[in-house]
Amino acid sequence: MESKEILAQFNLSAQCKKYGLSLWQCPQFLFLIMGIIIIGSTLAAYAIGNQYVEDPLVVALIVIFITAILFIISTIITRSFERLAEANRMKTEFISVVSHQLHSPLTNLKWVTEFLISGRIFPVSKKQLEYLEILKENNERMEELISDLLVVSRIEQGKLPFKKKKIFLKELIEDKIKKMRPFAEASNVEIEFQTKGVIPQIFIDSFQIELVIDNLLDNAIRYIKDKGKVEIKLEKNDKNLYFKIKDNGVGVPRGDQKYIFQKFFRSENAMKHRTDGSGLGLYIVKSIIEKSKGKIGFKSEENKGSTFWFTLPII
Amino acid sequence: MKTILFIEDESALQKTLGEVLKQEGYEVLSALDGEIGLKLADPPAGGKKPDLILLDLILPKINGFEILKKLKDNEETKEIPVIVLTNLEGVGDVDKAIELGAKTYLVKAQYSLEEVLEKIRKTLSE
Repeated sequence: MESKEILAQFNLSAQCKKYGLSLWQCPQFLFLIMGIIIIGSTLAAYAIGNQYVEDPLVVALIVIFITAILFIISTIITRSFERLAEANRMKTEFISVVSHQLHSPLTNLKWVTEFLISGRIFPVSKKQLEYLEILKENNERMEELISDLLVVSRIEQGKLPFKKKKIFLKELIEDKIKKMRPFAEASNVEIEFQTKGVIPQIFIDSFQIELVIDNLLDNAIRYIKDKGKVEIKLEKNDKNLYFKIKDNGVGVPRGDQKYIFQKFFRSENAMKHRTDGSGLGLYIVKSIIEKSKGKIGFKSEENKGSTFWFTLPII
Repeated sequence: MKTILFIEDESALQKTLGEVLKQEGYEVLSALDGEIGLKLADPPAGGKKPDLILLDLILPKINGFEILKKLKDNEETKEIPVIVLTNLEGVGDVDKAIELGAKTYLVKAQYSLEEVLEKIRKTLSE
């Protein structure tokens, strides 16, 4: 093994990152902690034993006994976490590989469906068009889910690409609202966007922040029953940009609020209103904001609506 | 009539996009692997060179990145614009393809058929 590879084995942070778990679930970190505890306990046992036991042989036996017990316990603990960590890593890798492989046949389906709908190959009757549109819509749902799964697996592997550049967040939001307006109007939802003062540029990955705005705006519109309003505010707040999006939708029940940013979580309220949805959107949003050195939060009241906010540091 | 060389191993995409391009009035050369693609890009004397290459990156025999390099190293093919059409989304992949000479990088899953057509029309009119 080359010296570089040997040194890499000692890079705990890199070793732990590949599992996608917190430091306290990382087997290498736990092994180090257990090692420190064993050494400390051995020294303490020797010091205490020396003070209260006369026979050095008995002291030695006590120290060996305590060390052996602690060693066995630490081996069991780190082995269990090793299995957990490996299972988690394989799950993440599996999702990544499968999602990537699913992209190809889904793209094929998407383009063939679009081709048929266009009537380029043969004229399409109204009835046929109805069914082709169903195919197209469901294909889009699958693609969205695959994209979300891919983003989540990249976040967990620490491989989410981040290519920062200076952008005007105000312009990005205006662009997103323009694209979402037909959907909002069809859902009987009005979108209002206000800024306060001069909004400076921020240094961020524009593709990732687009995902954030997409998810928050899409949720705000989708979870409004019948008719409603989405209010978006953007302003400078000391050294940060402050973004807020408020809707008068179904809201999140109090008991569900602590889980809202967890993967695959969907509150019962949301499920009643809309059965489709992966439960990954807010997890992705939170991960991106935190990776961008920002903060995110929300408040919500069932059947009254929700307000999500985030801050991002200005350059 | 402009000629487009389409290097893509998915026969469904060859069929669909190929048919659409023909309907748009382009001549389409199809290659299901990188080796055939390179031969069609630089045909023997008398053969017609393509005006544009649509290139997938994950291909049998020779991958798209290697093809890009060979196209740009060849005096006969280095001026032919290449649109990469792939499902690889990594920033590293995009940067590598552009560095190797790709004119545009399109992630198939993110574009509709019409949007891809529009990019092709725009590139050919430049």
